[in-house]
Amino acid sequence: MAELNQDSGGGKKGGKVRSKKNGGKVDLTAMVDLAFLLITFFMLTTSLSKPQAMDVNMPDKNKDKSIVDDIEIADNRSITLLLGSDNKIAWYYGQLASPLSPPAVVDYSKEGIRKIVLEKKAQVPKVSGGKDLIVVIRPSDRSVQRNLVDILDEMKITDVKRFMISKIKPEEVEVLKTNGIYNE
Amino acid sequence: MGKAKVKRASTSIDMTAMCDVSFLLLTFFVLTATARQPETMPVDTPQSTTLDKLPDDNLSVITVGNGGKIFFGVKNPNVRVMTLKNMSAKYNIAFSNEDYEKFKLMDDFGVPIKQLRGLISLEKDKRNMDVQPGIPVDSTEELSNELYHWVQQARLASVEFNRDQEGKVKGWEDPGAMKVAIKADAEEKYAVMNLIIETLRNQKQNKFSFVTGLRHEN
Repeated sequence: MAELNQDSGGGKKGGKVRSKKNGGKVDLTAMVDLAFLLITFFMLTTSLSKPQAMDVNMPDKNKDKSIVDDIEIADNRSITLLLGSDNKIAWYYGQLASPLSPPAVVDYSKEGIRKIVLEKKAQVPKVSGGKDLIVVIRPSDRSVQRNLVDILDEMKITDVKRFMISKIKPEEVEVLKTNGIYNE
Repeated sequence: MGKAKVKRASTSIDMTAMCDVSFLLLTFFVLTATARQPETMPVDTPQSTTLDKLPDDNLSVITVGNGGKIFFGVKNPNVRVMTLKNMSAKYNIAFSNEDYEKFKLMDDFGVPIKQLRGLISLEKDKRNMDVQPGIPVDSTEELSNELYHWVQQARLASVEFNRDQEGKVKGWEDPGAMKVAIKADAEEKYAVMNLIIETLRNQKQNKFSFVTGLRHEN
């Protein structure tokens, strides 16, 4: 107990006035406060400090240069995202030479790239006979790690099942340059 | 008849039990909390909504930061030592037993293998970022791409270690292939990342993880 009562009889009145024995009574409130504060601290730090792991799967590398591994994808199924500098994306629908919608620049926000991906995700099965959307992610050398993680995260949020990371082509770098998002 | 006396309840509450419980919890959290090791190279990772946690064991981490400096570390100390033994044979650089003992305690490092002995001989608090220029990496599979061989030898060592444990420890469950994680700074250019990813792909380590922080809103 917080208060140790060492009063034995309690009935004697009118005896000698003694100094009241008060040694066993300790107020534990402050101690409990402190303990809970520390608990809260440890609870929060232990669960938050553990880093997250975002799994990435890359296709098998084709080391034989003689085999061209450009997979033919129907034009109306794929959108390509070119990750440029300054946290901007240039995207186009179809093939770059004859795009179904020409390259446009967006950002990584909810209103930017997510809107487009969701829109295309709904549109593609209608025009391609039930087949789903393929997103091709092409990070340029001037994009940063955050951009790649953001876009992979976006794929997870929009629940796009088919996406791949591949190497950017020189003509696509030109697209970034003309749009002014290939800066140091 | 006198009035029925309303007994005044004491305002002080017995806190002993509460105190007991809270300290029990406190002890639990203190003991389970893993003390965060001070990192050789602090890295500000990007954030994602992924909830999968990074495993504690059976993992090797490639840290990239500070303008493309690459560090490498194997989580399991035994696998770490075996990796160094493999690398020592591969690059024909001898290490003493003392070196191996010290290397066992090193979480990560970022020097070319020729300078590794020098790094190991330094005091623990002197092995800071400034004396470590990073591990050489390029797009080849030659000896010049040291990261390629570090990862490869670590993977081989982990397979060997897991097989070894199977015979020694009862009820050992093989955790499978070692995972490779890339812990890169959010502002790290993709040019460097590409070299690392290609290095991993060259040895058919097509699956790897990016280490990220947690983002709550999406």
